[in-house]
Amino acid sequence: MTTEAERAMELATAHASTAGEGLASGPVWQHRDVLDLDDFAREEIVTVLDVADSMREVLDRRIARVPALRGYTVVNLFYEASTRTRASFELAGKVLGADVISISASTSSVQKGESLIDTVRTLRAMRADAIVLRHASAGAAYLAAEHTDASIINAGDGAHAHPTQALLDLYTMRRHFGDLAGKQVVMVGDIAHSRVARSDLWGLTAMGARVVMCGPPTLLPRGFRPGERPAHAESALPPVTIEPNIDRALEGAHVVMALRLQSERQQGGLLPSLHEYAQRFQVTAKRLERAHPDHLLMHPGPKNEGIEIAADMASGGRSIIEEQVTNGVAVRMALLYLLAGYTEPFPAAGDGGA
Amino acid sequence: MATLAIHNARVIDPGLGRDGIADVVIVDGRISRVGPDEGSAVIEADRIDATGLVVAPGFIDLHTHLRQPGFEYKETIATGTAAAAAGGFTTVCAMPNTNPPLDSRAAVESVLREAEASAVVRVLPIGCITRGRAGKELAPAGELVDAGVVALSDDGDAVADPSLMRHALEYSTAFGLPISQHCEDPSLVRDGHMHEGWVATRLGLRGRPASAEETMVARDIALAELAGAHLHIAHVSTAGSVALIRAARERGTHVTAEVTPHHLVLTHEEVAFDGDFGSVHYKTNAKVNPPLREEADVAALREALRDGVIDAIATDHAPHATMDKEIEFDLAAAGISGIETAFGLSMALVHDGVMTLPALLACLTSGPASAWRLDRRAGLDGLGTLAPGGVGDVVLLDPGATWTVDASRFLSMGRNTPLDGRDLRGRVVATVAGGRVVHRLDTVAAL
Repeated sequence: MTTEAERAMELATAHASTAGEGLASGPVWQHRDVLDLDDFAREEIVTVLDVADSMREVLDRRIARVPALRGYTVVNLFYEASTRTRASFELAGKVLGADVISISASTSSVQKGESLIDTVRTLRAMRADAIVLRHASAGAAYLAAEHTDASIINAGDGAHAHPTQALLDLYTMRRHFGDLAGKQVVMVGDIAHSRVARSDLWGLTAMGARVVMCGPPTLLPRGFRPGERPAHAESALPPVTIEPNIDRALEGAHVVMALRLQSERQQGGLLPSLHEYAQRFQVTAKRLERAHPDHLLMHPGPKNEGIEIAADMASGGRSIIEEQVTNGVAVRMALLYLLAGYTEPFPAAGDGGA
Repeated sequence: MATLAIHNARVIDPGLGRDGIADVVIVDGRISRVGPDEGSAVIEADRIDATGLVVAPGFIDLHTHLRQPGFEYKETIATGTAAAAAGGFTTVCAMPNTNPPLDSRAAVESVLREAEASAVVRVLPIGCITRGRAGKELAPAGELVDAGVVALSDDGDAVADPSLMRHALEYSTAFGLPISQHCEDPSLVRDGHMHEGWVATRLGLRGRPASAEETMVARDIALAELAGAHLHIAHVSTAGSVALIRAARERGTHVTAEVTPHHLVLTHEEVAFDGDFGSVHYKTNAKVNPPLREEADVAALREALRDGVIDAIATDHAPHATMDKEIEFDLAAAGISGIETAFGLSMALVHDGVMTLPALLACLTSGPASAWRLDRRAGLDGLGTLAPGGVGDVVLLDPGATWTVDASRFLSMGRNTPLDGRDLRGRVVATVAGGRVVHRLDTVAAL
């Protein structure tokens, strides 16, 4: 056990000395922080998914615990309520032997008006190695990363990004399809307010998938359609197709991703009613008949059954929603492991891994 | 008799149509003579050698935030006017979004008293349109006029109620005062933090659509026509607004307009990107209302300024403390500390061939003066020009000089500029207010 912890240190040191030089061969990993997937090269995503494979193997052991990150401190700093993301990070850290604590805004000095920068600096002064940040403001993770040398993992910043969710989505799809190149992924619902959709877009297009966005016009973001951004900014957003008609959007889809619809959208005047939304955009068995026969049904959760997704679908045969949750732990283990300085997949059982 | 002689400058006086090598002589705070060799005719004087420099009337800013009273941690009348002097401005019109707001004679008089004591350039206060800037009932315009305000504005909070705005415009005609409106419909910009478009989408931020401005410009032009009043559109930022103002002016509506240097040069890309699109930033120093727009808007604003559809360049100098800016983007205060970079940034229009230097200088001098008829006010005759007998406000410029913006050396307390570290071409080298040198770079030689 000790030897493995030592090995971790050695690897971390070795990584630090090569960081920035670019690895000519072997796994590619250049990140101190995970803020979004827009600055991830395809090779870096592959590194995460490969490491996640080995983590998934650890997670499936009878005693899922290895000491790889002993002495590594992870702080979950959540300014917004979250059940699954927070639990997922806590478990990921604990399985790897890291020290994990969680702080929510209601119990911290945030209530006393301490700024985000102060809070992050304070946590770093207590020797936090990684800070997992969820915040209602877009860009909060960027602000934090500018003011600390701890690793910042963005666990959701406003309507901007949710890169760990996107990586777990990619990982889950890869486990089913192998290669994502040429696969058609259809997102249905409130794209404009979805941080999951934004991060998924970067990851999916980097992996060669074709993305279709579908939803009522009031919930579709501006800037993606031809003419909505100038020629010089073509690369500033990923290439996607917008198709407001759900039947046309689902035609031949390999993956259908239903996004959570917040009931506030009705009060905000963006929708006449949740009922009308469900009538026109709910993912149903009937509508999925148009999708590819081997399609997968996904949802980032938490889901409103009966609104964006029919009640019988989430637990149906094509649904991999629960698998997404398990894979979320593996992917977050992989990220913590990489941020701690490892770049190789975790040794399999029998290689001295447990 | 205190005499200042500025020798051998290229004197550009757009209001009087002068452009040529000349001397400018200021006696007891008033312009005495302008012409070749006039300086040599004066026997005893402080002298400045302006060979190779441009001399123009002191700049006039129709839109400045001095923050005092109430927000002295952001700026004071002393620091704000020192910054103005460094930017070449000798007259600043101070916005009333102070605490207390300038909605009473007492509040306006307190600003004027403080200006008398600590300002290095002229401060002309702007009064509130509505009491407390709350948009509910009219502020006492007559009392404010008596106290010395030169315009009325609720500044960042547009008068949303169309009926109240109509009455404000009607009432203002009794005094011939312009009403300066920040046109953005509050319900269309609620929760918005930057221009609505592809950059906001990339950043996951709610937008402030161009139409939020344009619908209110259109509404207020219609109301100004109904009232027969003088409407001034503050910081025009969209191509659509330009079209509305152009059409209104063509049919004779009394509408004037200003544009900021940042809206003439920068776009919404400034908020998110540094050179490439590979990753994003959340630059709160580029957060401003109305927001930085798109390239087509910048082009339309430049054209409008060149064509005279927009009368003036105004800074909307909005100093903020670090604690107001170094926070989450959606919580950060909006505004740019811009009075010290205004000339250098605006010079892009000359360098880009949009307009001549005299035409640009008109937008900083005679343009604003005549838009609000400031030169017809008692004691301000000749303001915005170098007319003999007029106020002795002049600026010395080096239009070709390149300098690097260093926010840490601003005289303003607000270091909130998106231009920090950027090179600008065109520099204010000295400023004379009422015959007194109030700003001067070391490079300016005495004779």
